[in-house]
Amino acid sequence: MVNNSNNGITLNREIKSEKEFSLKKFFFQWEWLLFLIFIAIHIINSQLSPYYLNTYTLLDATMTFLDKAFIALSMTFVIIFGDIDISVGSTIALASVIMAVLYNAGLPMPLAILVCLLVGVIAGFINGILIVKFKELSAVIVTLSTMILYRGIAYIILENQASGGFPMWFNFLGWGYIKTIIPFILVAFIIAAVIFYVLLHKTTFGRKVYAIGNNDVASLFSGVKVDKIKIIVFTLNGLMAAIAALFLTSKMGSTRPNIASGYELDVIAMVVLGGVSTSGGKGRMIGVLLSIFIIGFLRYGLGLVNVPDQVILIVIGILLIFSVMLSNLKLFSNKS
Amino acid sequence: MKKFLISFMVLVSIFMLVGNVTAQEGKYAIIVKNAGNPYNEKEMDGFEKAINEIGGEVILKAPAEPTAESQIIMIEQLITQHVDAIAIAGNDPDALQPALKKAMSRGIKVLSLDSAVNAQSRMVHINQADPEQIGRVQIQAISEMIGGSGQIAVLSATSQAANQNTWIEWMKKELEKPEYDQIELVKVAYGDDLRDKSVSETEALLKSYPDLKGIIAPTTVAIAAAGKVLTDRGLQGEIELTGLGLPSEMAEYIKNGVCDWMYLWNPIDVGYLAGYAAEALVTEKITGNPGETFEAGRLGSKEVIQAGDGTEIMLGAPFRFDKENIDQWKDVY
Repeated sequence: MVNNSNNGITLNREIKSEKEFSLKKFFFQWEWLLFLIFIAIHIINSQLSPYYLNTYTLLDATMTFLDKAFIALSMTFVIIFGDIDISVGSTIALASVIMAVLYNAGLPMPLAILVCLLVGVIAGFINGILIVKFKELSAVIVTLSTMILYRGIAYIILENQASGGFPMWFNFLGWGYIKTIIPFILVAFIIAAVIFYVLLHKTTFGRKVYAIGNNDVASLFSGVKVDKIKIIVFTLNGLMAAIAALFLTSKMGSTRPNIASGYELDVIAMVVLGGVSTSGGKGRMIGVLLSIFIIGFLRYGLGLVNVPDQVILIVIGILLIFSVMLSNLKLFSNKS
Repeated sequence: MKKFLISFMVLVSIFMLVGNVTAQEGKYAIIVKNAGNPYNEKEMDGFEKAINEIGGEVILKAPAEPTAESQIIMIEQLITQHVDAIAIAGNDPDALQPALKKAMSRGIKVLSLDSAVNAQSRMVHINQADPEQIGRVQIQAISEMIGGSGQIAVLSATSQAANQNTWIEWMKKELEKPEYDQIELVKVAYGDDLRDKSVSETEALLKSYPDLKGIIAPTTVAIAAAGKVLTDRGLQGEIELTGLGLPSEMAEYIKNGVCDWMYLWNPIDVGYLAGYAAEALVTEKITGNPGETFEAGRLGSKEVIQAGDGTEIMLGAPFRFDKENIDQWKDVY
C-alpha cells in the first residue's frame, strides 16, 4: 500500500512532464544553457590563445581539474538531498596522509591504496551516521566539524612534514596516458561518470534520492529508508574523496597534511553551476558534467593567456552568481 | 528569450574583456609563491627587467594561494604555451617534481629561485645568499638584542618552504653553541606568508609564551606582521624582533625601535639573476653543471657551484638594515 502510493507519485509526475514537453521548454533547460556556455568558452579560449584548440591541449587540460571532479559526481547526490558535505578536502588529506605513512612504514603500495579508499569510506560513513543520528544539526555543521577533525588528524599523523617516495607505477594515475595521448584520469572519470549517471537516473536508488530531496518526511512515510540512503550517499562521497586523493597524491608525487585545502568549495561550485539546487530535489547529472568541464576549461584557457589567478577566480565567481540568479528565474525552473 | 540573450551577451563580453596576447620569440616564464606578496613582486620585477634587456617575452605567474597544487596547474599551462624556460619559487620542494620533470622532458629549461625545488626537478637553483650564513646571523642578532638569555620563537612562512626550513635548521645548529645556553627556542610557528595568519600566529605566540623575549621572522610577510602586532601592543623594548624584511615595509618598525635591525638581500637582484640564468640555459651557455660561468647583466660574471646533490648560483651575502641606512633603502624596494 505504502509503496504503491510512492510509485503513484512518480508515475504521475512523469506523465505530467511528458504532456508539457515542447520545443520551447527543451531549449530553456538549464543544461542547454550550460552547453551554450561550454561552446562559448571553447570559442573564446581558442580566440585568445593559439595553443588552445588542439587535441593535445584539450586532453592535457583535463588532467588539471578532473581529480576534484570525481567528488562532484557523488556531491551531486548530497546536494540533491538539500544537504552539503564540506569535509571532502580534509578527507582527501587524511586518506592521502595515512596511505603515504603506511607505505613508508613498509606496507605494499596496493594495500596502502586499499587503506586509502577504506579511510575515505569510514570518513564518509561517520559523516552519514552523525547526520542521521543528530537530525537537529544541519549537514553543514556536522561536516564542518569533521572537516576540522579529519584535517587535524592528518596534521597529528604527519605534523608539518611531507611524505612520498611512491613506486614509479603510482605516477601513472596522475600523469599516465593511454594510447600516448588520452590521459588515464580522463578515462577513469568517464567510467565513474557513467556509473553515477546510471545510479542517479536509471535506478530506484536514484529516484529515492530525488524523493528525499523533495520531501524527506513524505518519503519516510512512503516507505523510503531515508536514513539508510543518506548514510550510503555520504559514505559514497567519502569514497570518491579517497579516489580523488589517489589521483592528487600521484600528481604531486608526495603528500602533506595541507593538501587539497579549499577543494570542497571548488567541488560545490561545480555542482551548483551544474544546476543542482541547494534547496534539494532538483538537478541532473548531465548539468554537473557540463559544469565540471566549463569551469575546468575556463580556468585552463584563461591561464593559458596568463590572466592573473585572482582575475580567473573573479570570472568564475561572476559565472556562479549569474548561474544561481538565472536558475531561479521562472524560465529555467522545472516546475510549470 | 530576450532575457536569455542579454545574459548570454553579458557573459561573452566578460570573457572578451580579458586581454589578448601575441606570440613572440624566446618566452621566459616565472612562477612565484603567491600573489600579493611584495617580496615575490620584487622578484618578478627583477626577472622582467632581465628578460627585457635580453629582448625576450616575459610571462609572470602568481597563484592566488601559496600551494603546490596551483603551481602544478600553472606549469602545465606553461608547457602548453611552449615557453623556453620556467623559473619557479616552489611552494613545496618535492610535490612539483612530476610536473617539472614533464616540462624538462618537453625541452623546457627549469630553474628555481628563492625557494628551491629538489635537485631532480631543476637544472640549477638561484640562491639569494649562503643559507648557513642567513641562519646563523639571525641567531647572533637576536642574541645580541635580548642580551644572550631568554625564550625566543621563530615565525616562518609555510611549513614546506624549502628556503625557510634550511635557514631554521642552521639557526638550530647555531643555537647549539655554548654561548647560547641561556637562549631557548620555544616554538617554530607558521604564518603561511599570509598577513592575517601571520598576525594571529604572532598573537598566539605572545599569549602562549608570556616570557617571550624575541621573535625571528625569516620571511618578509611575517616580520611585517610581527612588527605591526608589537607596535600596536606597545611592546617595543620588551620583545625584540629581527629576521628578513623588506626595507619599504619595515622602515616604520625599524625607526620606532620594534625591530633594531634586520637582514635581506635585494629580491629584485634575485629575479634579475634568475632571468639571466634562464637565458644562459636556453642559449646553452650553461647546462647547470658546476664550474660553468655566464654574464648576468649588471651583476657581472656568475658561477654555477655544487650545493648538496644539486647546483646553485649564489647572489651574495645578506645585507643588514638598521636605523642608519633604512632611509636610503626604503624607497628602493
